[in-house]
Amino acid sequence: MSLLSLSGLSVRRGARVVLNEATLDIGAGECVGLIGPNGAGKTTLMRAALGLLPHLGTSSLARMPAAARARAAAWLPQTRDIAWPVSVERLVTLGRLPHLRPGQAPGPDDRAAVAQVLERLDLAGFADRPATDLSGGEQARVLIARALVQDTPLILADEPVAGLDPAHQLTTMQTFRALADDGKAALVALHDLGLALRYCTRLVMLQAGRVVADGPPRKVLTAGRVAQVFGITALMLDSAEGPVFQPLAVTGATEGDS
Amino acid sequence: MSGAMPGRAARPLSGSMSRSEGIALAVAAWLAIAAPLAAEAPQRVVSMNLCTDQLAMLVAAEGQIVSVSYLAQDPGASAMAAQAAGLLPNRGRAEEIFLMRPDLVITGPYSNPTAADMLRRLGVAVLVVDPVSRLDEIPDRLAVIGAALGQADRAAKVAADFEAGLGALVDTGPERPRAALYGANGYSAGDRTLAGQILWAAGFDNIATEQGMPDGGILPLELLALSQPDMIVTSRAEPGASRSEEILDHPVVAALRDGAIPGRMRDSDWVCGTPHVLGAIADLRGAREEAGR
Amino acid sequence: MSRALALLGLLVAGLFAASLLVGPAGLPPGASLRALVSGEGATGLVMREIRLPRAILGAAIGAGLGMAGAAMQGYLRNPLAEPGLIGVSGSAALGAVLALHTGLAAAFALALPLMALAGAGLGVGLVMALAGPRGGSLTLILAGIAISALAGALTSLVLNLSPNPWAAGEIVFWMMGSLADRSMSHVALALPFLLAGIALLATLGRGLDALTLGEDAAASLGIRMARLRLGVVIGTALVVGAGTAVAGAIGFVGLVVPHVLRPLVGAAPGRLLWASALGGAAMLLAADIAVRVVLPEQDLKLGVLTALVGAPVFLHLIYRMRRALA
Repeated sequence: MSLLSLSGLSVRRGARVVLNEATLDIGAGECVGLIGPNGAGKTTLMRAALGLLPHLGTSSLARMPAAARARAAAWLPQTRDIAWPVSVERLVTLGRLPHLRPGQAPGPDDRAAVAQVLERLDLAGFADRPATDLSGGEQARVLIARALVQDTPLILADEPVAGLDPAHQLTTMQTFRALADDGKAALVALHDLGLALRYCTRLVMLQAGRVVADGPPRKVLTAGRVAQVFGITALMLDSAEGPVFQPLAVTGATEGDS
Repeated sequence: MSGAMPGRAARPLSGSMSRSEGIALAVAAWLAIAAPLAAEAPQRVVSMNLCTDQLAMLVAAEGQIVSVSYLAQDPGASAMAAQAAGLLPNRGRAEEIFLMRPDLVITGPYSNPTAADMLRRLGVAVLVVDPVSRLDEIPDRLAVIGAALGQADRAAKVAADFEAGLGALVDTGPERPRAALYGANGYSAGDRTLAGQILWAAGFDNIATEQGMPDGGILPLELLALSQPDMIVTSRAEPGASRSEEILDHPVVAALRDGAIPGRMRDSDWVCGTPHVLGAIADLRGAREEAGR
Repeated sequence: MSRALALLGLLVAGLFAASLLVGPAGLPPGASLRALVSGEGATGLVMREIRLPRAILGAAIGAGLGMAGAAMQGYLRNPLAEPGLIGVSGSAALGAVLALHTGLAAAFALALPLMALAGAGLGVGLVMALAGPRGGSLTLILAGIAISALAGALTSLVLNLSPNPWAAGEIVFWMMGSLADRSMSHVALALPFLLAGIALLATLGRGLDALTLGEDAAASLGIRMARLRLGVVIGTALVVGAGTAVAGAIGFVGLVVPHVLRPLVGAAPGRLLWASALGGAAMLLAADIAVRVVLPEQDLKLGVLTALVGAPVFLHLIYRMRRALA
């Protein structure tokens, strides 16, 4: 079953084409890593897919009415925006909004879902703390919890592990992978190619606004593409603990660098 | 209520002539020092103030006045607009007045004192005449201006006519309805103002004085409502809109007017202490008689 | 939270009663309230035509300003947003003054609130277009200064050009606000717009809550941002426009009230809306009682008192935010 279907999705910013004819399909059970250097169009692709940017081409999500879309996909932006010192519990509960009728207050089911997600993300002890008082990494996890509690078949996350300590990077990626294993799906923009290789079921590689590769991680992340798209050489090993990816050196200019 | 203030009936006419003569003498002496050339009757007189305009026009000889303030030509503000129409209007600016080559400038203490100072520095004789706040000061002011213009006899005649007219009009009867003068921003003039004196002479007791404001002041609308006046005299609406005058259209004012003596106020007769205040007193007495009170 | 609302409600009720009982006439409370019900005699006139409209307008305008402040802060994600400070009230005053001094209001009574509403809408629309919901304090304050200055200058110009000798002296009223000598006709003119604005703003709670997470996250939660923005603009224009048309520009209510009440509602922008409505009503009623008690003979402007309380709060907020501002 397709949870997201993009067809010829393009975004212009002024005269510049920042996303060029992206076409892809995400189905249940997939944890898709969206990789590419800075400025490749990862954030643009996700925002356009959600209908947050004017675009050409079609996105199955963007065509939905706002309320239905909010029950079909959750979005975790890269900027960690928490405007007011609301409690962690209240902030995470915002993720339940799409499931409430107008004027309806969160009920016991909603509270239970929130408590469960807080527990899962190691945040139970923070429930009553003002979210703005937490550290950056803690805030990041609170916002992930908010997206998870939305309980959608698909979750789009923009750099969710940036700024997290190693342990929480691993648990966060495990969480997204677990969603996929549960029959849901995730589209996760990542810079850490090692995590992408280990946890994603599929990688989509972007370069200068174009999808240049799409497939199983080991097929996408070849030495040639890593050099061509990211401008680096890397050590790739198959260990007993799974694949390992370690960047080694910068090779120089990449194609289509802007 | 009038019984609570014995002796008030005599007040408006109790001014002392000797005081007015003293002022006139002092002014004449000052003029003699400041402007020896104008010691004889000045021939080019300019007045800068609506009230001195009218006093001067009342006592001056034909052609003696060159210019009066522009307000004197506004029939809404001036009781002598027709007479002023033939004269040059001025806006009280030193430059324009100096160029009229006046040998005497007459003004009030509050109308553009910097222009008056400038004219003095330029060697022009300037006579400052205080505004009137009591009816008995009107003959004083006439005398002062008459002396300065060399028209003491004419001034004395105008003053005598005024006093005779006032004597005939003033109502000191025992029946004194209670009235409020009500203006923009809820200002109410008390007994110790010219408007209050007009009201008093027409035989009314003043609500503002009753409320402890003989000099006038802001009378809150609710105190006006509770005082239940027999008459409310509101000022004529100025052109254009203003929030200050909105209070005069307040439903409470309308309710108080309902059944009260219809108060009339023709601003031109009320603004300045000139013999034209007799017209204002006569108007109020007329309104009272029509209402039968 | 609901206890806080109940307490605020009680406070508003108490202040409303106090507003009815305080005045230069010093009427006994029992007789006043009886006269209010019966409407008989001079006391009835005072209670029904002078004190009642004043109390109603104080409560309704205060509620509107408090709620508009909470809504603007929620939308702009910035505790410095306030209709009076950022020029919305000033623009509304300009609209009102234009309606009065072009003679439009004399020809058509609703022109006064409608023009004020248009002015407020223009002001709030401009601020929101310039500052946007990204929480940038610098653009917000600079946009506010520019709009306030322009609206203030044009208001003064219109009043100075008026042939009415009193008009120029009324600049202070339009800048500082007053409820003195308002009548039931002012209530009839303003109250429907105020209630409509409050009702509209009250529906925006969920969107403002979601906006805590930023525009993108709020949109992905099913909030229609264009609709939310329109709701804030129209709701604010309705309450600020109607309030300013009859009472002048009253500043700082929308700043102080949400700031003080935010901790009581767990900082949630949605719950802050009703709390700020009650708090705003209480603050304006209290200020209007104070102007009558402190200087009963003068028409002390409401803005003087609200600024005395509000300006230090504003400075305190800037002090706390100065690192973000730099």
